[in-house]
Amino acid sequence: MKTGEPFNVLWLQSGGCGGCSMSLLCADTTDFHGQLRDAGIHLLWHPSLSLESGDELQDLLARALDGRVQVNALCIEGALLRGPNGTGRFHVLAGTGIPMIDWVRKLAGVAQHVVAVGSCAAWGGITAGASNPTDACGLQYEDDRIGGLLGADFRSRSGMPVINIAGCPTHPGWVLESLMALAADMLQAQDLDPLARPRFYADHLVHHGCTRNEFYEFKASAEQPSDRGCMMEHMGCKGTQVHADCNTRLWNGEGSCTRGGYACIACTEPGFQEPGHAFGHTPKVAGIPIGLPTDMPKAWFVALASLSKSATPKRVKANATADHLVMTPAVRKTRLR
Amino acid sequence: MARLLVGPFNRVEGDLEVSLDIRAGRVQRAQVNATMYRGFEQILQGKLPTDALVYVPRICGICSVSQSVASAKALADLAGITMPANGLHVSNLMLATENLADHLTHFYLFFMPDFTRGVYASRPWHAEAVRRFAPSTGEQTREAIAARQRWFTLLGTLGGKWPHTQSIEPGGSSRAVDQAERIRLLSKLREFRAFLERHLFAAPLEAIAAMRSLDELWAWHDAAPNTGDFRLFLTCARDLDLQLLGPGPGLYLSFGAYAQPGHSSSPHALASGVWRSATQSLVEPDALSITEDATHAWLEDAAMPLHPLQGMTVPNADKAGAYTWNKAPRLAGEVVETGAIARQLASRHPLVHDAVAQHGGCVLTRVIARVLELALVVPMMESWLKALQPGEPYFNAFQLPDEGVGMGLSEAARGALGHWLVVKNGRIANYQIVAPTSWNFSPRDAGGTPGALEKALEGAPVLAGEKSPVAVQHIVRSFDPCMVCTVH
Ligand code: SF4
Ligand code: SF4
Repeated sequence: MKTGEPFNVLWLQSGGCGGCSMSLLCADTTDFHGQLRDAGIHLLWHPSLSLESGDELQDLLARALDGRVQVNALCIEGALLRGPNGTGRFHVLAGTGIPMIDWVRKLAGVAQHVVAVGSCAAWGGITAGASNPTDACGLQYEDDRIGGLLGADFRSRSGMPVINIAGCPTHPGWVLESLMALAADMLQAQDLDPLARPRFYADHLVHHGCTRNEFYEFKASAEQPSDRGCMMEHMGCKGTQVHADCNTRLWNGEGSCTRGGYACIACTEPGFQEPGHAFGHTPKVAGIPIGLPTDMPKAWFVALASLSKSATPKRVKANATADHLVMTPAVRKTRLR
Repeated sequence: MARLLVGPFNRVEGDLEVSLDIRAGRVQRAQVNATMYRGFEQILQGKLPTDALVYVPRICGICSVSQSVASAKALADLAGITMPANGLHVSNLMLATENLADHLTHFYLFFMPDFTRGVYASRPWHAEAVRRFAPSTGEQTREAIAARQRWFTLLGTLGGKWPHTQSIEPGGSSRAVDQAERIRLLSKLREFRAFLERHLFAAPLEAIAAMRSLDELWAWHDAAPNTGDFRLFLTCARDLDLQLLGPGPGLYLSFGAYAQPGHSSSPHALASGVWRSATQSLVEPDALSITEDATHAWLEDAAMPLHPLQGMTVPNADKAGAYTWNKAPRLAGEVVETGAIARQLASRHPLVHDAVAQHGGCVLTRVIARVLELALVVPMMESWLKALQPGEPYFNAFQLPDEGVGMGLSEAARGALGHWLVVKNGRIANYQIVAPTSWNFSPRDAGGTPGALEKALEGAPVLAGEKSPVAVQHIVRSFDPCMVCTVH
């Protein structure tokens, strides 16, 4: 890491819920600000954490734009609202009369790195649901199509595309580790996956480490919320296809969606807000789920599933449709000889 | 007359701008503008009703569980079902975790930092306020963030993750808590209690909860004015006369929080009620008398206020006379204030009653009511955890009708939250949300009556040269606004 020079982070919120910021404060550390400082990160401004308000922020933005203050990472949280009719008036930066999309375009031009915090800023996210009433998009993507607000060719001063720390909300660890790596010059273009998400979390699948893996093996499936079984067959779980380390990194201490008893709805993936079927239900053709595990040929999946179903232990089957253990593992002599 | 446009407002949730007419160093007139619109009520149209459970938490990242609870209640109302006791306790525990976290976050991160501002440099308490509450370096700010992080691990266990927990269902909770987890959660509650008793109050929660009057509170303060962060707030408040800032409308609305199983006479741990200061009367809220008026919102209006079941949300950014994305909710035509004050008035807490009797709703009483709730609700949570019966069901299966209406009333940290939905042909035909800040930060209605904050800002002092007047900041933040909820 370069010594002396702080890594300046400017964080602005656009068309989102603020949840990625609130999630950020749940970072697993006993001293949030201390961790930033130790990484050489200086928060120029953050909507929830800074004293500066109104005119004080406007002054800071002016200094950022004319180069008196260096912006090392411009973090945008929330979708970019282009409507109505391209005017951007669905989100005007308060006190300025200027649409947020214009501020973001200008600031992106001076920033060393541009970071999309959360799926709204990355792809448009939940804000782009249904008919997308606000014409919301991400910084450099609109769902899975490259482009977005800044355009496919945009590169920040570092030469990198927009870094998409996708998730709804995004995990505090994903954000902090990305920022710390950027500050230490340890995150390069090759560390991003094909959708420009940091590989350190996007090269994993949610299914990895899921506590329901034994049920998955035997296709012993949950039938209603609160059941303990695997949620792939009936409850809409996309964990076998979704890029994120939710079940190995964990949320809020020991949590994850699947540990909370509900399906992974693919919140790190473009377009998750419109799955084309009811959330929490698995669409099937001839009894076979349409969304099959990544990297697995369908015929193999079908063959393995029917084989493992016929071999399901009684215990696994019984527990799959209960909210507590109704049958515990047998106690046997297991001493190895 | 001078005009001042204040924004962007930070340390509130979402986007807020206030425009002020100033005469002789006082705010003469205020207009409150929520400057962002996303259109959740439009997005929800045509969806399957249960899909709302995925969308609505994402209205707001600071009170996503509150939105889930209101939505689950509306769907349960539609289906005509109730949660089993375990499911109800777990959903109350989650809501309480979030609400108390909001109070904590508000106090330490959003509200107290204003006392570190340069304009107060000459005050005797200023150096101490900076030491404790300066953003990013304040000792107590950092302690509070750490305590908050630990506190939210409750939601990791109870609901998988926060925000945008999806475990709250109309039929209960998708997460059953077992014996060992119950003990672990209890120990986390105790850890949070210890933080509050050591740092915020420097006193047992029960001692705070038992306060019966402002005199008693001030005597408690004066006995050890420098210990605990709440006492430092009281020191600042007295010095700055915060009881004079930000008078509310005198009509307070609570829908009631934390429904309890099997208590038909007193169904909520924190009561519902409408308190009218002028007549000292408490009546049950009449949900049928709620309307929203869109006269000054950038939304098409029906030329008359509509009940949420008839409500409509169609943006019109060019509408003449409009100045915000927020509609103006009214209770039988009147402006109300909602929040912790309203809950404690409805629950007849003597300290809040006395504070409101003496000073009305104001910056001082709003903060007292919120902080008091931290002391009141943590012990309630301990009892709900103890009431869980592992092995008994957490979830009741349900079936939604293809046609019907549902209403879900609940309390977010910031006050009364209501969801109304109409289902036709198995799809959502209308979904309307009236959030706490919609009430508090409402614009003028057709009759020109200003909303609660607009009125509360009138008379606020503006010092020479101030571009973002500090008194205005105290008043705005005393409501702990959530703009993303307001405009959804
Ligand atoms: S619930 Fe989802 S993530 Fe867990 S084992 Fe089943 S498919 Fe995998
Ligand atoms: S489990 Fe799936 S839906 Fe849940 S946070 Fe992870 S990626 Fe998002």
